[in-house]
Amino acid sequence: MQPHSATGSPTPDDGSTALDHVRNMVSACIQCGTCTGSCPNALEMDLTPRKMWRLVILERLADVMASRTFILCSACYTCTLRCPRGLPLTTAMETLKGIAFTRREARHRNSRLFYEKFMQTVRHHGRLHEMAFMTGYFTAMKNPLTPLRFAPLGMKLMGKGKVEMGFGKSAATHLDALFDKVAEIERAAAAPLEKESHA
Amino acid sequence: MNYLYYPGCSLTASAREYDLATRALMTAVGANLTEIDDWTCCGASAAAPISQLLSLSLSARNLALAEQTAPDGQVLVPCSACYLNLKKAHEALRSDAERRATINEALAAVNLTATGSIRVRHLLDVLAVDIGAARLAPLVTRSLSGLTVAPYYGCQCLRPYPEFDDPERPVSMEPLIEATGALVHVWEMGGRCCGASLVSTQPDAGLGRVCTILKAAKGADLIATVCPMCQMNLDAWQASASRMAGENLAITVVYLPQLLGLAMGLDSDELGLDLNLAILDGFREKIKP
Ligand code: SF4
Ligand code: SF4
Repeated sequence: MQPHSATGSPTPDDGSTALDHVRNMVSACIQCGTCTGSCPNALEMDLTPRKMWRLVILERLADVMASRTFILCSACYTCTLRCPRGLPLTTAMETLKGIAFTRREARHRNSRLFYEKFMQTVRHHGRLHEMAFMTGYFTAMKNPLTPLRFAPLGMKLMGKGKVEMGFGKSAATHLDALFDKVAEIERAAAAPLEKESHA
Repeated sequence: MNYLYYPGCSLTASAREYDLATRALMTAVGANLTEIDDWTCCGASAAAPISQLLSLSLSARNLALAEQTAPDGQVLVPCSACYLNLKKAHEALRSDAERRATINEALAAVNLTATGSIRVRHLLDVLAVDIGAARLAPLVTRSLSGLTVAPYYGCQCLRPYPEFDDPERPVSMEPLIEATGALVHVWEMGGRCCGASLVSTQPDAGLGRVCTILKAAKGADLIATVCPMCQMNLDAWQASASRMAGENLAITVVYLPQLLGLAMGLDSDELGLDLNLAILDGFREKIKP
C-alpha cells in the first residue's frame, strides 16, 4: 500500500523537518516541570511532558517516536495555560501525533487507524456516521477481538437508539473537493522546503 | 436574542438529549436558534494531528455558511470540542491575514468564503452571560431545593481561550444552579479533564480520570455537564469506573440545560431525559411533576 495521509497527500518527509517545527515551539523551555505537574495523564505516560520536550530539543526523533506520551495527551490545555514560558504545548503534542502517523510508526498503528478512519468518514459523508466509522475501523484493525472492547458501550448506546450518527439534512455532503484542495495546498507549501532540506 | 446553531455530530446521535434540551431551553427563555444549513463535522480531535489546515478549513466551512445567513451573527455551540475547533478557525480568520488567505483558498474548492465576522459562543457562555441567573430565576416553577449539584465544566470551553470564565477556577455555572433552588457542591474537579477520548480508546489509562471525578462528586446528588464527551465519560463508563475503584460511584449525570429546563417546568420528554444513561431513582423522584 502507498503511504498516504488522510488528506491523500504523499508524505516525503521522514519526520525530521516536522520535528524541527515542534522544536521551535518548545525551544524556550526552562525544564521547570510545571507541565508535568499539571498533566492529568502524566502518571500513565512513559515520558513526562517535561522530559518529552527535552528530547525534542535534543532532536532525539527515534526516542520521541517510541514514546506513547503524545498519544496519551487528552488535549486538556492545562499545561498550555500554566507553562511560565507560554509555550503552545498542546499543539506540540498534537503535532507529534501527526508525525508518528505520517511515519506510520508500528507502535501507534491502532491510534493512526482510528484517526484515519474517522477522517475518511467525514470526507465521504460530511458528518460522522458512527456505524460507517466503526465498521471501517474494525476492518482496518484486522483484529476480530477489538470490537469486544467497545461492546458494552455500543450496547448501552444502541439500547437508547443512539448509535447511528449523522442523519439529517447534509448527511451526504461529501467533502472530497475540500480535502483534495487542502492536500494540494500542503504539497505546494512543502515543495520548496523539501528542496531546501536536501540542498 | 438570535443565534445561529451548530449542533455538531454528537448531538445528532449519542448526545441527542443535549440537542433536545438546548433547543427547548433556548425557546423557553425567548431566544431564537437557526440551525446552520448543511453544516458538516468540525474534524473533532482527529483532523488537527493529520493536518492543521484541514482542521481549520473544516471548521471555517461552517463559519462561511453561517456568514451567508447572518454576517454579524453569533454561532451557538453546545459541544466543547466543536466550540474549540470553530473558535480556532474564527481566530485564524480574524487575526492572521496569511492564514485567512490560505483557508479561503481551500474553501474556494467548495465555493465558499469566510471572513471571520461571526462570533463563536459556547452554550455555557450564552447561558451565563446573555441569559443569566437574574432572567432565569423568575422562570423557575419547580424548585430544585434539596438537591446538591456538582458543576462539571471540563476543559475545552475554558481552555485555551478564557472567554467567559476563570480557566483554573471556573464559577460560571454556580449562579445558574443557585437560581434553580439547588445547592452547589464545592469541589476542585470542575475544570479537571475527564480523559476525553482516552476513556474509549485507552481505557486502562483513561478510566482513572473518570474515577477521580466521580469519587470527588460524592456528597452531591448529581453532576451537571456542558459537553457530550464529558457526559459520556461520566455516565456511560460509570459501571467500569466503579469496578476499577472497587466502590459504587453511581450518580445522576445530566446536561446543564436539562437541569435548568426541569426547574423551569419543562417536560422531561422534551428535555430528552429518557435518553440519559445515568439517572438515579432518587433524582427521578425529586423531579416528578
Ligand atoms: S511548563 Fe513550559 S517551561 Fe516548564 S518544563 Fe513545561 S514546557 Fe518547559
Ligand atoms: S494538554 Fe495534554 S500534555 Fe498538556 S496537560 Fe493536558 S493532557 Fe497533559
